[in-house]
Order: sequence, then C-alpha cells, then structure tokens
Amino acid sequence: MYLTYIRRELRRRSKQAIVVAVGLAIGIGLVMTVSATSTGVENAQLQVLHSLYGVGTDMTVTKTASAGSGGPQHFSGFGGNAESAPAAGTQISRNTLRPTPGSATLPAADVSKVASLSGAAAATGGLVLTDTSFSGTISSATSGAGTGATRSTGAGSSFDISSFSVDGVQISKSGVGPLDAAEVAKGSYFSSSDNTAMVAIVSSSYAGQQSLSVGSTVTVAGDSLSVIGIARMPSGSADVYIPLGTAQSLAGLSGDVTTIYVSATSAANVSSLAAEVQRTVPGATVSTSAQLASEVTGSLSSATSLATRLGKWLSIAALAVAFVIAGLLMMAAVSRRVREFGTLKAIGWRTRRIVAQVMGEGLALGLVGGVAGIVLGLAGSEIVSLLAPSLSATVGSSFATGGGDFGAFGGGGSAGATSSSPAGGGLARAFDSARTVLVHLSAPVQSQTILVAVCLAVAGGLVAGALGSWRASRLRPAAALRRIE
Amino acid sequence: MYELTGIRKYFHRGAETVWALDGVDLDIADGEFLAIQGPTGQGKSTLLVLLGGLDRPTEGRIVFDGRDLGRLAELQLAELRAADFGFVFQSFNLIPTLTAQENVETALVPFHLSPDERRRRAHQALVDLGLEDRVGHLPSELSGGQQQRVAIARALVKDPKVLLADEPTGNLDEDTRDEIVGALEGLWRNRGLTLVLVTHDSWVARRAERIAVIKGGRVNYGDASWPSTGREPDPELVA
Repeated sequence: MYLTYIRRELRRRSKQAIVVAVGLAIGIGLVMTVSATSTGVENAQLQVLHSLYGVGTDMTVTKTASAGSGGPQHFSGFGGNAESAPAAGTQISRNTLRPTPGSATLPAADVSKVASLSGAAAATGGLVLTDTSFSGTISSATSGAGTGATRSTGAGSSFDISSFSVDGVQISKSGVGPLDAAEVAKGSYFSSSDNTAMVAIVSSSYAGQQSLSVGSTVTVAGDSLSVIGIARMPSGSADVYIPLGTAQSLAGLSGDVTTIYVSATSAANVSSLAAEVQRTVPGATVSTSAQLASEVTGSLSSATSLATRLGKWLSIAALAVAFVIAGLLMMAAVSRRVREFGTLKAIGWRTRRIVAQVMGEGLALGLVGGVAGIVLGLAGSEIVSLLAPSLSATVGSSFATGGGDFGAFGGGGSAGATSSSPAGGGLARAFDSARTVLVHLSAPVQSQTILVAVCLAVAGGLVAGALGSWRASRLRPAAALRRIE
Repeated sequence: MYELTGIRKYFHRGAETVWALDGVDLDIADGEFLAIQGPTGQGKSTLLVLLGGLDRPTEGRIVFDGRDLGRLAELQLAELRAADFGFVFQSFNLIPTLTAQENVETALVPFHLSPDERRRRAHQALVDLGLEDRVGHLPSELSGGQQQRVAIARALVKDPKVLLADEPTGNLDEDTRDEIVGALEGLWRNRGLTLVLVTHDSWVARRAERIAVIKGGRVNYGDASWPSTGREPDPELVA
C-alpha cells in the first residue's frame, strides 16, 4: 500500500515530479562533474609532482649553483678564444653529460647523513643530468670571427644538436626516488651488481621516439649502454635511467649527487624533517612536495583554481536551487492535497503515517533524481575527459646562474641550425624537461563521488519531503474537510 | 453513547468571530439512527466533525462511551477515529490515484494487518455493497453512486461503532440518492451500528429514527421545545 500509493501519486503528478527530479539531477550531476574534474586536476598535480620527484618522495635536497659560476660553458676544444677556433670546414662532434643547468652537486656522503636523521624513513641520492650531442661543420663565414661566445652563431654553419635527460639512480629499491615506483613494462630492473654497469632503463615514451627495445643500445656521454628495461613513466620524467655509479663515472662526478630524495616517516613531520635536513646540509635547497605543489603554475594551476572556486560555488548554488525548488513544489503539492490528507486523518491515519507518506514521495523523487544525476555526472566527466586540453604545469625555477652547456649558442642559435633540434631550442628543451610537464586532464568518477551523489539525492529528497511533511503535519483534519463544504 | 453538553464552537472569519454552534445539548443512544437537518451554514457539519473527534469544541463536553473527546490527546483521537468512527462525505473523498479496493484498504492501514488480510476484508466490503466488479477501478472510472458506495465500504470495512455521514446524497441524483440511503439504512439495521446522518434533504431525514434540526448554532428536535432563546424554528425544516 505504502509503495503503491507513492508510485501512483508520483505518476499522477508526473510533470511536477519530472521537474523536481531533473532539478535534483542537474545539481547532483554538476557536483559529480566538478568533483571528478577536481579529482582529475589533483591526479594531474600528483602526476606532475611524481614526475619531478618520484612517487613516495616527500622532499628533495638540491643545491643551486652560486651566481656566476655557471657562465657560458662550452665543449672542450671548442670556443673560448679566437686563436683556438676551428678552421672553416672543420667537422665538430661532441657529447657531454652534465648536471641540469643551474644545479650544483652535493657530496654523496650527505645522503647517508640525511637518511640517518630521525623522522627520515628513507633517502636516496641521484644525479639529474642532461646528455647533449653536438655535431656539425664550421663554415667559412663563421670561421675566425669573434669570440667563442658569439662567433658560432653566424649564418651558414650547420649543426645537429640533440639532448635527452638522464637520471643516475641508486639501484637498491628504497621506496623513494624517481624510478622506484615506476613499472618496468619490458625487460627488468637493475640487479644488485649493476651499480657501475653499462646498462640503462629507458622511459617508454623515449623508447618509442628512438625505436629502442630491450637489448638495444643507447649512447650516453659517447658510451654505449645496453637497454635492459623499458619503464612506464609519467610525462616530464627523465628519458634514460642509469645506475648512480655509472652516471657518476660518465659525468666525471665521482662521489657526487645533484639530488637527495627523502621520504618522511609520516606526513606530519615533513616540516620538521625539512628543517633538520636544512641544518644537516648547509647551503642546500630543501623542497617539500607541498612547496612544490604551491609553486606549480600554468594552465594546471588555473584549472585547479577553477575547479576549487568556481566549480565549488556553482555546485553549491545548483544544489541549493534544486533543493529549494524541490521543497517548494512538494509544499505546493501537499497544499493541493489538503482534502486527501484530511480524509486520511478522518479515517484514522496518524500524522506520522501521513508524514512518512510525503517523505517517501520526496525520497522517491530524490532517488530518481539521484540516478539521473549520476548518469549526468558520468556523462559530464566523460565529456570533460574528452574535451579537456592538455594542461601544462611549471614549477618555479631557481636558474639564477644562467649559462649551461650551450651558452655559446644561446638566443640566436636557431638561425644557423638546420636540424630539428636547434641550438637555442636545445637549451630550452633541457630547461623544459626538468621543470615543465604536460598532462592530459581526465575527470575520473570515484566510488566515493557516487556515494556522495547518492547521499545528496537522499538529502534532496528528504529536504523536499520534510518541507511537504511539515505542511501536511500542520493540517487539521476538520479544516481540511471544511474546505469541501 | 454520545452525551453533548453546552457545546459551543466558533471560528474566526477575518476579524469576525462566527459561532457555528452556540450551546448544543444532545444525547445519541447506542444503535440510534439520527438525522441532523438544517439549512446550509448552520453548523450541521461542524457538529458532525466534533462527533467524529476531528475537532474540539470551544466550550462544553462531548462524551463518547464515557470518554470526553475534548480532553483526549491527538493520538487517542486518531485511534478512536480508526477503530470506532466511520466517515462518509458528500464529495466521497476517495483517493484519486488508488483503485476502489485500495481506497477501502486505506481504512485498514492503522490496524497493521497483513496485506492478504487487508485485501480480503476490503474485497468483502466491496462485495457487500455490490461492487465486486469494480474493485480494480479508479474513482474516475466510477459513477457518483458507485463512488459513494466505495466510500461507505471504506467507512464500514473496520466495523465501526458509529457511522457519521455528511450529506452523503448531496451530490447524487434522486435515484442514486434512494439507493445510497437504502444501503445505509440496511447496514444500520443489519449491523446494529449508530448512524448519524447530516442532510438538508427532508426526504432523507425522514428515514431516520429521530431528527435533530440545527439552526443558528442550536438544536431542536421535531417534537421538542427550542432552547431558551425563544427563537422559533423554521417549520419547513422540522419534519
């Protein structure tokens, strides 16, 4: 009887019921879409942070090169003064493996110092490097002109420049570091004896670009390394991972690291651990994941702001309007049923039974609206995933020292470059690969989101039912029946 | 069964206070068929509402089987309405979305019967009123007379002590009126219930054992003297 009465009543008021259900559905669907987009943005941020940090890392310790120390650098035997300048027609081919511009090295011994701090769960050292290859022929037009810093920029020379990022990683898995949580899709991870072996794991995207597979060789600093694994890495990660010992050897940085990755024993003590690390490694820059997140700028940051501000208020407004409309329509419906409820009271129905009937109708409307809202929300999140552009995130850089491996080619280098990797672009790419990440925004609907949607639907139904019930409970049966005299 | 003493009831109509009942004294015996007759707007329905425990008097006492209805809590009144009072209304007051049988079942909801028992009793009540072929019909699919018989079935399905009928034939043509009044009279005789019927129709009122004429908020009996106000009854309203 209870359900039959609800069903028949809602069918009788089908137009009104549809308006209420659609209103709730739009509100709930909007909340779901915004929530899913928010989740997507959060995931994108995590992806950015993971690509820059590595999964499980709470902070990184780096050292910035002192001002002016970077200076315009150059390949050995090339540039510097006019007397040593190569003659026209000279074939140039060089390959270097250097730390990312602007960063200085730390003693590897600092890694164990940091690891021994109370509050540190694990610490591992790494070398963040850029391998740059340069080859070309010096033309007559550029030969002998100017100084090393500028003379190679003239027109007529043809240079091929390419670079890729290389991370030297500790091969023992400690749960922290850029490669530690990566999934090696093909081949295998480093073995315990690989610390100085000429082996590499390459990211799947780089493997695709360079047509590398397990067993191929990749040239790093002019030496051939055997590819033993291909790992799925997030966008912005390094292209090639090699054992730390190998990296130190190839880069001539024995006993050094550029980055210490640290994980804290708990999220609560990240700040205190950061302060302790700062004291332990004077002059180093300690960046926590929270700081890094706050430094994220670009369209990803804008999307986060949009999702958290506009989205939140839009959802609240839509829900509030839906709830109010549903409540008012329910009250109006009850007002039109005064005689009906008066009759039911006259034949012995208690007020609470009538209230339960009206609440049931509201709840049914809420559930119908909730189901429709979930469908709308899923559709909305799909649309967001399909239409959302890739977002870029840039983490604030401290490249104050300037210069780098290709300082000699800065700025106008592209004018003389003929390859797909112009000189100026080479530097820019090195910069980008370290600090800017492109991520595709998706809007995944989580089970909690659906649960929240169901709760909102129930709440909406109860709000509507409560307002209607309040009206019904105030009806006096005699007054209800008097209306029909 | 009923003892009404000094019943007064007023309503507010804007700033004006309207006395619908102005000192009614009335006794109704167990098993009696009483017709309350009078012109429109003279307090007939208000008196019926008070007899059914749907409202409380402003002054006076309504004692039903030893209980003062004016002093009972709303919950107790609801229980009385569910168990002891059956109502029949002029406009039938059927739930438009429910079938004839479901409408009758609504009267059994307060008793928390099993669905099967509820359906069985509702069906039997409809059969008793000759509506066995209309059990699945909505009110809109029934004639006025059939709707009123459904309403009577709803009132009687719980075997009440009192049947309170407010202008039960007011919306019916003459033939149907006779049919409904005949049905009510038959049920009263066969079941031994107390029947209080409000009507302005003298033909209907004459079927009762006793007629109480209500005018100006006071009651007169056809063969009794008017209260001390000295106002004369309308001869046309006294059977």
